Amino acid sequence: MKTYREIAGDAGSDILGQVKEQQARLQARLAQITHTIAVMSGKGGVGKSVITTNMAAALAMLGHQVGVLDADINGPSVAKMFGVRGQTLKVGKNGVVPVLGPLGIKIISMDLLLSRDEAPVVWDAPAQQDPFVWRGTIEVSTLREFLADTDWGELDFLLIDLPPGPERLPNLPGLLPVLHTIVVTIPSEVAQLTVKRSIALAQQLKAKLLGLIENMAGYLCRKCGALGELFPSSGEETVNVLGVPLLGKIPFDPRIARCSDRGIPFVLEHKDTTAGEAFAQIAQKIKRNITFGEGER
Amino acid sequence: MKFLCVACDEAMKYAEAQGPEAGSLSVVFHCPHCGYRVALLTNPWETQLVRSLGVVIGGRTVPSEPLELVRTTLADSKLLWTAEAEERLERVPEFARAMARQSIERYAREQGYHEITPHVMDEARAKLGL
Repeated sequence: MKTYREIAGDAGSDILGQVKEQQARLQARLAQITHTIAVMSGKGGVGKSVITTNMAAALAMLGHQVGVLDADINGPSVAKMFGVRGQTLKVGKNGVVPVLGPLGIKIISMDLLLSRDEAPVVWDAPAQQDPFVWRGTIEVSTLREFLADTDWGELDFLLIDLPPGPERLPNLPGLLPVLHTIVVTIPSEVAQLTVKRSIALAQQLKAKLLGLIENMAGYLCRKCGALGELFPSSGEETVNVLGVPLLGKIPFDPRIARCSDRGIPFVLEHKDTTAGEAFAQIAQKIKRNITFGEGER
Repeated sequence: MKFLCVACDEAMKYAEAQGPEAGSLSVVFHCPHCGYRVALLTNPWETQLVRSLGVVIGGRTVPSEPLELVRTTLADSKLLWTAEAEERLERVPEFARAMARQSIERYAREQGYHEITPHVMDEARAKLGL
């Protein structure tokens, strides 16, 4: 009796061929994108999406073509932060046309596909019980479609805003042949502990680690300009604890949150503030590191 | 997964698929030698897992649409409009545009469409007398 390996093909569905076709479409799209950078953190609430939107804006201010993919499928916030929530994606000749944010930043997010403000991300599936069986698969397929079916055009940088936690990162190397990562954290021991795990995972996956951004790195007094502590200090610099190159520190500034709520990247309106300058310097550093390979681990 | 006709020692071939219905796909395979047929019946998790990969059992007859999986699977998704359909909607007087958009989308949802094209607009116009 013939064995599994002795039978060629899969009885006619050509599943392998269909997957290969998906891959080919993805590769063709990625060929137009020079650099893909995943913005990650092991911890929620460290300001990853705020960093992503402002880094995108800062890179666009340097004259680059930038796109942002909101990979937080279940908790998308990038569209709101760019002020494009409520806009509708259109289908063009070369795929789905991304929504244009400030400075022509191209944006795709699950938020742009949901029909109502309060609509949760629920999949119309025959097996609603125990969705863990398939939910991960459909989320990876969603990321693949966002990457491959969006008409990004030519981009210098595509920033991918990952959801909190490290579990989504392992999906990306399968989709993106060359992936750079930026790690976002805050100066707290709890955050450092979880972020450390994400860094280890990124290194295992051979993702190129561009460096660390420390968000909420102190509170800047707007009267005297002094930088005060926002979190109790462990006595050791975050960058030493985590052992990755530091891209920069963003001090806490309430106007950052206000700008996000208004849908305007902070760096566009406040480029001359301490935090605004920090964003601009980090963008320069990312550009330099990614071009010359400095700081990569 | 592959199927073997034990009597002929021959790999079975895909014949047809039905469903998914009530969460189950029925996929029929036949032996090219003796014609013997068997059906594979999937449970809801298997059905969903296949669907989640964005592949079609039995092979694709037409190329996939952009964001096909997301648009056909997301429970509360917006309908996407093609650029041509949007252009055509722009020709509707502004005061009536929102209502026209709503009516066309309602019609499209009822018909199970995931994308508004000029063809869907024509259909809606004929049926709804817009």
